[in-house]
Amino acid sequence: MKKLMKFLKDYKKEAVLAPLFKLLEALFELLVPMVMAQIIDQGIANGDMGHVARMGLCLLSLALVGLVSSITAQYFAAKAAVGFSTQLRQALFDHIQGLDFTNVDKAGTSTMITRMTSDINQVQSGVNMVLRLFLRSPIIIFGAMIMAFTIDVKSALIFVAAIPLLAIVVFGIMMWTIPLYRKVQGWLDKVLGVTRENLTGVRVIRAFHKEAEEEEKFKSYTRALAASQNFVGRISAVMNPVTYIIVNGALIALIYTGALQVNVGNLTQGEVIALLNYMSQILVELVKLANLIITITKALACADRVAGVFDIQNQDTRTGIQDTSGKTADAPFLEFDHVSLTYEGAGAETLHDIHFTVEKGETVGIIGGTGSGKSSLVNLIPAFYPVTEGAIRLEGQDIRFLPEDILRRRIGVVPQKAILFKGTIRSNLQWGNPDATEEEMWHAIDIAQAREVVDGKEGKLDARIAQGGRNLSGGQRQRLTIARALVRKPEILILDDSSSALDYATDARLRTALRTLEENTTTIIVSQRASAIRHADKIIVLDDGEMVGAGTHDELLAGCGVYQEIYYSQYPDERKDIRQERGR
Amino acid sequence: MAGSQNGGKSAQIKTLKQVMEYLRRYWLLVGATLFLAAVTVILTLYIPILTGQAVDLILGKGSVDFQGVSAILIKIAAAVAVTAAAQWVMSTCNNKITYHVVKDIREDAFHKLEQLPLKYLDSHAYGDIVSRVIADVDTFSDGLLMGFTQLFTGVLTIFGTLGFMLVTNVPITIVVVCITPVSFLVARFIATKTYHMFKEQSETRGEQTSLIEEMVGNQKVVRTFSREEAVKEQFREINARLQKCSLKAIFFSSITNPATRFVNSLVYAGVGIFGAFAAIRGGISVGQLSCFLSYANQYTKPFNEISGVVTELQNALTCAARIFELIGEEAQVPDSPDARVLSKVQGNVELENVFFSYTPDKKLIEDFNLSVRPGQRVAIVGPTGCGKTTVINLLMRFYDVDSGQIRVEGTDIREIARGSLRTSYGMVLQETWLREGTIRDNIKMGKPDAAEAEVIEAAKASHAHSFIKRLPKGYDTWITEDGGSLSQGQKQLLCIARVMLCLPPMLILDEATSSIDTRTEIHIQKAFAKMMEGRTSFIVAHRLSTIREADIILVMKDGNIIEQGDHQTLLSQKGFYADLYNSQFAG
Repeated sequence: MKKLMKFLKDYKKEAVLAPLFKLLEALFELLVPMVMAQIIDQGIANGDMGHVARMGLCLLSLALVGLVSSITAQYFAAKAAVGFSTQLRQALFDHIQGLDFTNVDKAGTSTMITRMTSDINQVQSGVNMVLRLFLRSPIIIFGAMIMAFTIDVKSALIFVAAIPLLAIVVFGIMMWTIPLYRKVQGWLDKVLGVTRENLTGVRVIRAFHKEAEEEEKFKSYTRALAASQNFVGRISAVMNPVTYIIVNGALIALIYTGALQVNVGNLTQGEVIALLNYMSQILVELVKLANLIITITKALACADRVAGVFDIQNQDTRTGIQDTSGKTADAPFLEFDHVSLTYEGAGAETLHDIHFTVEKGETVGIIGGTGSGKSSLVNLIPAFYPVTEGAIRLEGQDIRFLPEDILRRRIGVVPQKAILFKGTIRSNLQWGNPDATEEEMWHAIDIAQAREVVDGKEGKLDARIAQGGRNLSGGQRQRLTIARALVRKPEILILDDSSSALDYATDARLRTALRTLEENTTTIIVSQRASAIRHADKIIVLDDGEMVGAGTHDELLAGCGVYQEIYYSQYPDERKDIRQERGR
Repeated sequence: MAGSQNGGKSAQIKTLKQVMEYLRRYWLLVGATLFLAAVTVILTLYIPILTGQAVDLILGKGSVDFQGVSAILIKIAAAVAVTAAAQWVMSTCNNKITYHVVKDIREDAFHKLEQLPLKYLDSHAYGDIVSRVIADVDTFSDGLLMGFTQLFTGVLTIFGTLGFMLVTNVPITIVVVCITPVSFLVARFIATKTYHMFKEQSETRGEQTSLIEEMVGNQKVVRTFSREEAVKEQFREINARLQKCSLKAIFFSSITNPATRFVNSLVYAGVGIFGAFAAIRGGISVGQLSCFLSYANQYTKPFNEISGVVTELQNALTCAARIFELIGEEAQVPDSPDARVLSKVQGNVELENVFFSYTPDKKLIEDFNLSVRPGQRVAIVGPTGCGKTTVINLLMRFYDVDSGQIRVEGTDIREIARGSLRTSYGMVLQETWLREGTIRDNIKMGKPDAAEAEVIEAAKASHAHSFIKRLPKGYDTWITEDGGSLSQGQKQLLCIARVMLCLPPMLILDEATSSIDTRTEIHIQKAFAKMMEGRTSFIVAHRLSTIREADIILVMKDGNIIEQGDHQTLLSQKGFYADLYNSQFAG
């Protein structure tokens, strides 16, 4: 929470004024029993109707002033809380957008979404509560005690004893139950998890006929949930009766002390009533305080989680590394210099000693088995992940020493997962290049074989795209993501298994079209289909993170075992042909 | 949900009745709670009277009746003790009722979930169903059950106070009764005035949440295109709008408290003034006045609460209606008691004059006939989105045919117990789905009592063993629902291992190998080939090379089966299949 306080900075005035006006309201409220004592001791005792009326008016004006200051306080509190959360949300959003891939993997996007939404909302209501109510209750409680002292010191000592006792009970029970509530939340999460799982995996669960077992599992969780709720409930249930006993015990003591003091003439009857009133004010405020503390504890936990996201910091990938780059004329366009990659927290290397060069305008194919590191390899080029060993150089320049946005502006990536954003086809293409002309967009669409997709939509370029591109099929989405990358006329185009959702005919047309790209476009194609890369200028064959072959299709077919295996698995007929030839 | 809005009152009453059904199981506890609530309220009201009596015995210097005061104080102590005990037992009972009713409702909802036809689940957002089972039930329990006891004690307090006050002094009571409803009206007025502000707030918040989901969920894409600044700007704009309407909604709704407190103060002042006048005229004693004053506080409190409770109750009822709607949803036709349990499945599958469509206005499968003999391999091919998975939905009886029959071993599958039918198939779906748990748990899903050796055997057969071995904790590696750090191919291997362990007599493979590289695929195909020996198999795939050896190829387009035959026959037909096949080698 401390770390988040800085977002209140711009609302300092409001954050101070809100509790101040609350203080004012509380003070007026504290005066009420005194006025009442006056009515009893002066008005009733002397039968002075005029005095009663004057004091009555005084009560009314106190109420009115209280109302005005309270509403003022509410306004400032709301303004500060909303302003706070607005700034916090923006800052968190900005922070998350700046995180590098390693951190996003570590934190997980769904967690971050919860932090941004429900957690911040909780923090907002927490701040609001603190500003307008959390100060009010202690003021009333201690104010009532101070007022009691002004009436009678001996009676006030009862307050002095009762208040700490109450505080111990209230806070003690809360301290005890808060960790238990966390356990309850844990069970609730489990219940939620099973429910989700049974929806997303309904086909598998029914295929294995596991419905009954799933119900048993669900029941065991709901039972555990109910049991833990009951347990906490039993403890929390102690709070009200015990505070009730303490306050009323104090009341009894007060009446008795009052009786003694009145008898010797130190107190009047009206003053005894005022003391009793103060005691009941304390009880009312304590109940409020207890409820508030629960809200605030929740808010604090949420604040901690939000602050946790701020704690995630990108690491400088350059620490301890010498900039070995020197822009020389004969440097290759793109160079992998003995690159190894180990993901943070992973036990083993994902890529090991990858070494190759690419010239401008070349087409490079990357092929290999599942988990062989194909995607990892291409993800290194836009510096999505830092290399652990070796270096990648673009025109001789170590990419770690290139500003990120400048590097990425030169690269067009078509990710494996075809994701589009809510908006229009045009707004999605503008992701690739905000200044693209209509002509450039259509050109990219044509190459990506997406013209029929766009033409088929009402509004063409201005056709609506739903969140995530849900209103398009997988193949349509994929073609548009290709167009999006092409719109920026990248120097390096990376296609990461980007035609998996396309049928063969479309895929083939796409590959032919890609060959018509301007000559200075370097294309890197990751694929599992040999057909997609066989015409590449250079094919890199990966196997379990190692580069087991590099060369043209013909070279590899002649000398690379892994490549042969891949190729013939897809073209079994050709193998037969070779065998037949050899047999002859 | 629509029902509760359109049906209005009658729907709410229906919901209430359903709630009562759930409460009935705990009627003893409910009765106890109500009784204890009454005890608490009465004693709480009695204490100010006793206090007033005590005050009246403390008149002034030298005129204090100590004996009388002591006797009253003992009474107060006893009343306090009983009240405290009653309070504790009551909240314990309340907790028990609440948590158990919630548990019962959730279990019923989940039970229904397992029985709902896929047709329902496929057409409803998962998030919505989850929020019904979790969030709605929570709101319901907070609101309805807590609200109910609050309402009960509140109403009881109001009437109790009124009774006590009337007995003591009528005119002052009238003053109190006249002023109090004002606070109720004020609260209502504010609530209606702020309704549209809250609506605007939640709409803007919804807009923001979907932007967050989109841009945080796909942060990597944002970074890939260096769109951070543009996206932040977009967020800033919504955020500013949200700030504006949030401030309005929060501020105006927060006026409620001060306003009702103001009304309370008015009541207090009224009682003070009129009480004092009455005391001067000798109508009441000072002690009674003090009792009135504390009643004035207690009497208005439930009014303030009730306005909140009523909104909460309504909210709770809406949530309850949503969850009951789910529970009341029509379940799939249950298996008839004499449903057949398949014992020895050979793999005879026949489809006869099958008609099927998801929605009546969009025809899909029409008059489909197919006869598969044991051990035959059926390949389903066609371009993306042509409805290949529909066939699986029908074979597994995830959906029922509109007309015609599907028979397994000569029996209409509607006469076979679902569990028996489905476990006769081993299914690997295109959408790999793993559950949260260890890798071992996932593989053992279909056969929980499998021995370790069997698990490893199955993993080896599906070529998953080597990558599992390399994971930090091997078979004990914990994976999350979406598979976490596993690659798509690895997830699919696990799904295959899962089926491999049970080896049912028939197989359904839905693009099972589409995202596994061809090398791995070769290995898997070898394993499959072995597995498929003597097993009837249905395969959906993009790769035509993998299904060339199928006995029957079903070519689908736009949801309908347009060609049927083996590879050679279809090629020689030079139809759609031939086009599709040849395009593989284009480029």
